[in-house]
Amino acid sequence: MIHSLFLINCSGDIFLEKHWKSVVSQSVCDYFFEAQEKAIDVENVPPVISTPHHYLISIYRDKIFFVSVIQTEVPPLFVIEFLHRVADTFQDYFGECSETAIKDNVVIVYELLEEMLDNGFPLATESNILKELIKPPTILRSVVNSITGSSNVGDTLPTGQLSNIPWRRAGVKYTNNEAYFDVIEEIDAIIDKSGSTVFAEIQGVIDSCIKLSGMPDLSLSFMNPRLLDDVSFHPCIRFKRWESERVLSFIPPDGNFRLISYRVSSQNLVAIPVYVKHMISFKENTSSGRFDVTIGPKQNMGKTVEGVVMTVHMPKAVLNMNLTATQGSYTFDPVTKVLTWDVGKITPQKLPNLKGMVNLQSGAPKPEENPSLNIQFKIQQLAISGLKVNRLDMYGEKYKPFKGVKYITKAGKFQVRT
Amino acid sequence: MSLPPVQKLLRQLPVGPTGWPKPPEDGGVAEEVTSPVLATEAGQPTCYSALRADELRPLAGTKPACPQDPLVMVALEEHDDLKEMLDSNKDSLKLEAMKRIVAMIARGKNASDLFPAVVKNVACKNIEVKKLVYVYLVRYAEEQQDLALLSISTFQRGLKDPNQLIRASALRVLSSIRVPIIVPIMMLAIKEAASDMSPYVRKTAAHAIPKLYSLDSDQKDQLIEVIEKLLADKTTLVAGSVVMAFEEVCPERIDLIHKNYRKLCNLLIDVEEWGQVVIINMLTRYARTQFLSPNQNESLLEENTEKAFYGSEEEDGKDAKAEAAMLAKCKPYVMDPDHRLLLRNTKPLLQSRNAAVVMAVAQLYFHLAPKAEVGVIAKALVRLLRSHSEVQYVVLQNVATMSIKRRGMFEPYLKSFYIRSTDPTQIKILKLEVLTNLANETNISTILREFQTYIRSMDKDFVAATIQAIGRCATNIGKVRDTCLNGLVQLLSNRDELVVAESVVVIKKLLQMQPAQHSEIIKHMAKLTDNIQVPMARASILWLIGEYCEHVPKIAPDVLRKMAKSFTNEEDIVKLQVINLAAKLYLTNSKQSKLLTQYVLNLAKYDQNYDIRDRARFIRQLIVPTEKSGALNKYAKKLFLAQKPAPILESSFKDRDHFQLGSLSHLLNAKAVGYQELPDWPDEAPDPSVRNVEVPEWTKCTSREKRKEKVEKPFYSDSEGESGPTESADSVTPPPVQPIPSSSIISTSLVTDLEGLTLTDSSLTPTLLSPAFSAVKTYELLHRMAGEGLAVEYCFSRRPFPGDPHMVAVQIQISNNTDTEVKNLRVNEPKPLSGMRIQEFPEIEHLAPGDTASVVMGIDFCDSTQAANFQLCTHTRQFYVSIQPPVGELMAPVFMSENEFKKEQGKLMGMSEITEKLMLSEKCQSDHTIVQQLTSAANVGRVPCGASNEYRFAAKTVTSGSLVLITLERREGSTAQLTINSEKMVIGTMLVKDIIQALAQ
Repeated sequence: MIHSLFLINCSGDIFLEKHWKSVVSQSVCDYFFEAQEKAIDVENVPPVISTPHHYLISIYRDKIFFVSVIQTEVPPLFVIEFLHRVADTFQDYFGECSETAIKDNVVIVYELLEEMLDNGFPLATESNILKELIKPPTILRSVVNSITGSSNVGDTLPTGQLSNIPWRRAGVKYTNNEAYFDVIEEIDAIIDKSGSTVFAEIQGVIDSCIKLSGMPDLSLSFMNPRLLDDVSFHPCIRFKRWESERVLSFIPPDGNFRLISYRVSSQNLVAIPVYVKHMISFKENTSSGRFDVTIGPKQNMGKTVEGVVMTVHMPKAVLNMNLTATQGSYTFDPVTKVLTWDVGKITPQKLPNLKGMVNLQSGAPKPEENPSLNIQFKIQQLAISGLKVNRLDMYGEKYKPFKGVKYITKAGKFQVRT
Repeated sequence: MSLPPVQKLLRQLPVGPTGWPKPPEDGGVAEEVTSPVLATEAGQPTCYSALRADELRPLAGTKPACPQDPLVMVALEEHDDLKEMLDSNKDSLKLEAMKRIVAMIARGKNASDLFPAVVKNVACKNIEVKKLVYVYLVRYAEEQQDLALLSISTFQRGLKDPNQLIRASALRVLSSIRVPIIVPIMMLAIKEAASDMSPYVRKTAAHAIPKLYSLDSDQKDQLIEVIEKLLADKTTLVAGSVVMAFEEVCPERIDLIHKNYRKLCNLLIDVEEWGQVVIINMLTRYARTQFLSPNQNESLLEENTEKAFYGSEEEDGKDAKAEAAMLAKCKPYVMDPDHRLLLRNTKPLLQSRNAAVVMAVAQLYFHLAPKAEVGVIAKALVRLLRSHSEVQYVVLQNVATMSIKRRGMFEPYLKSFYIRSTDPTQIKILKLEVLTNLANETNISTILREFQTYIRSMDKDFVAATIQAIGRCATNIGKVRDTCLNGLVQLLSNRDELVVAESVVVIKKLLQMQPAQHSEIIKHMAKLTDNIQVPMARASILWLIGEYCEHVPKIAPDVLRKMAKSFTNEEDIVKLQVINLAAKLYLTNSKQSKLLTQYVLNLAKYDQNYDIRDRARFIRQLIVPTEKSGALNKYAKKLFLAQKPAPILESSFKDRDHFQLGSLSHLLNAKAVGYQELPDWPDEAPDPSVRNVEVPEWTKCTSREKRKEKVEKPFYSDSEGESGPTESADSVTPPPVQPIPSSSIISTSLVTDLEGLTLTDSSLTPTLLSPAFSAVKTYELLHRMAGEGLAVEYCFSRRPFPGDPHMVAVQIQISNNTDTEVKNLRVNEPKPLSGMRIQEFPEIEHLAPGDTASVVMGIDFCDSTQAANFQLCTHTRQFYVSIQPPVGELMAPVFMSENEFKKEQGKLMGMSEITEKLMLSEKCQSDHTIVQQLTSAANVGRVPCGASNEYRFAAKTVTSGSLVLITLERREGSTAQLTINSEKMVIGTMLVKDIIQALAQ
């Protein structure tokens, strides 16, 4: 399946290579560079490239290209999903999935890759198993290792790999037993010029941080489970219990993981928590334009909208922007033409406003399209869909865990067309 | 290794963050020789490094720098230094060295000259050093084959280790060393590991199979045997890996899957996600060869409700045909329960977090499910659109293909395909494709409104694609054609030339459909020739004017005049169209354009491009009448101004679904290496009974595994406190027989009604039997001669007889070889012996000449091999016939664990035990054939067994339900011992005889 993997940074250096079968020369990446050049933009590099002898399947994550070399038919999603899993694992181990982190920990990276694939077929991809095989680096451990000469390769071999709950490691022990659930909902929306909603949808996830000893068997129930229209589960969840009782029943992995992700049925009306008033116009003869945007809160159920940031990709003809913000600060990057306005918290008494002049390149035709505004915001302690956790029960263990649920609503792909 | 030495050394330079500076000494070479392990083999590397040192001198000399070029020296020292560290006694030093070496490998630098120094650490105690040595070994073994052999004995020892994980890891590394000389050792190791106690080791064995296969494809036959053995494995851990091996080594051996099909379906939900993908893809192919198309006559089941909604016209057409065919055959379609099992067990996986699994299930449903059920996948696919952009890219490609065939499925999610300005262009274009495919009369206005926004985008490639999309909508939906055309004409005044050009091309195509009404537009476009520079657009305009020059009689010659002026500066495609225009004008309006045409043709005659010269010459001959010109001249006008069919604008994704969806080949729209074609549905379903298993119920594993299962309950297939027919793998007790379809669509009574017909479907004629299924033997009931043209055969189908579990089902096949119709075929006056009961088959009212009918009757033989006698009557004659069952057919398989088997066996000792020695025949040497022979002789189920030379089977007699336990133990040579435990001694003795005969044949 997966023959080789090359990691390439943005300037086109191959800084890591790993082969699971016979060695494939680095020169195979030339095809990738060619495609990259053609695509101009990094995100337009086609994920699948066909070359005379190989196929290249690549992903782009955190300024790194993961380019895998394939020789025979394989479902492309299989490879893409796996590569993302690799990137996730690096993120999990080193806190970030950057070139420096990978270079600094090259031996661990290599050991991980060795365990994750055997002859190109995935072997161990569960983070709980990998962490037992290869301990993640910590400062303390590296100090201890250098003194005692011990290693960060586990010498007890993971039992999880042999059980039918491979996601949980054995012998977990905590003094404080805690289980936290973050219900995070994101609003995806397209708002048209006139302010009416073209498309809106709520995408949610429940991220969990579970630090419980032993083999706890949890069940999480909701007040209104029917809200969840389409759900995808972590493998630990018993599908049948959900089907029959709408209860999430599972033996959790240890540590952080994503329990479910869900979509709230699009039939329900989505309450959009903010509105945007905008006036953007360009004049040809004076090569200038006007820019005036106000953001206000709407139907926010008594909660404050905070962390508001607006980003706008201005047309190429824009040279500079001369704006004043009543609240927060703005930056305009004349190279990438990106305007960012960091608003912060919205108070209904005084609506934040950004307005001023736009300088256009003289002589150039005026831009045809007004840029769309991408808005980010956050509302604490609110799940916009109204989803509520009812209770969490634990079976299988005797102790009493500390339980916590946090709700948060965010803007997902929230776009206002102007 | 082809690099010049200096360059090679330079590349190796930045080895570690800290170079251990070390005074130069000659020790580096000497050390290797003293190494105890390598004493005999050290010759080669010594030469190698010596040679390098020699090479170095002249090289250093040629350099302007001094002979002690610091860079080169460091490089040498660095490696010597590493060698010294590897030879030291301290693990920490070794580890440090290995880490630096691995860092070199990771950066693609050559570290092969360290091979001897590294390989002797293969037996190091420190586990991390060992692991890194393995990494090194696997990387360089191919280049240094002789030296790599030194490490083999370590792994061979590891294969015998009591710790399963060490055994597994030894096998893993051993099989990864790509040295052809060790192929026999690998083969042996794999075979041994395949029957290891530990499922983890067996999994590793499955992984090793493709490795060995790629090293030496001559081992295929032996490997297939191992695969066959592992396919029968009952643990989830092994399933994914062995199917992977199957796909790489012998994807054509679909017959190996039969017996494991149901098990794989039931295990699926508990297999790890990567294995799921592979299994689902394989089962899709399998199902395509084994089941009938569920859509061929779906109308009967679905009552046409879904059809109007989901079906496109084309499919309706197909349906109609299928329906006609169906009516002719009068055979209603009933889904094979195994087909249903697959669909039911894969459905929950749509909820997987892994996009590859979701896609695999989606393609399975798309290719296998009845039309009405395919809809469930839409929601899951739309969910994937929230994922990473690469995932979106692949999913959208597949959605684009699906949306052509099954438009209705994605219609409710139309808005999920709306485009954001922040999407990458390649995603935008794919979404546009989907939106266009989804457009129909009801939603077209919303879609067009959305397109209007897109046209103003800053991304010009995207705008061009949008214009084409509008063109496609306009051609497909007549209602909006004018609106679209007007919109496009407005775009002609756009400032961006690319937009205008694209619009021209699309308008040209639209106008071809109804040119007469649009001469205004053509005039407008003629004016554009002054400004627009994009060649494709210019060419399109010229073609339009030429084609419809009669609609614009005044403008056309003028355009030609202008084009003649600029002819030499035009692109080739424009030139060709200028020539065309000239020719067409010459034919319609020669007065005004004769000179111009001559002029253009003269210019073209001396053009650099031979196509253009050719065209000019050809056209001149054709249109300008000379005395030499042939008969064609007369038809010139017809040739040039013939009615041309309007182009059909269709999706580039049309017909892509002949590739299996989700595959690489589908994405590239070209067959990738190793792609397995998705077969077409068979016309006649192959024998479904091949999937009947002699293998015991998978859930009841060996006692050890069972204990584990108690501790760690399996997920999904959670059996706790649940009942009813569900997806749960536990609660489905896979019977050895075809379960009655519990499909919700048809009522149970209907099922019973259809039962006979289903059997007809599966046409058990002996000629159609797949060779893999040797269990069904047919016997003659009535010979053609004796029956005066009526031939009757029977066989034991080994399914439970519906209605009475104590009866043996006998499948009877009657063929009418006479030339008259046989009427009222029935069973008459059964004269059963005491206690014997016969359930007659329903009367066959008529059987046309040459026809064959197949019916089932049930007979309760009372656990004896006495024949059942009855009369077979037709409207004219009656025949006395009798059915005598072989003893092996008087039982039905039961499934038990090894422990239960032993327990039961303990109860049936002494009188109830019969032991016999036998010689196995030559062909009965492999496990497979023994099991096959035995199960064909008797209807028994296999019981798992720890020992590899022992086989166990269990069954219950049909009438009294007493247990029959069979044990076959292989001894040296081809001798074996057969033991049968049963309280029915008569049955036991007869069975012994039958089995010995089967095995000794």
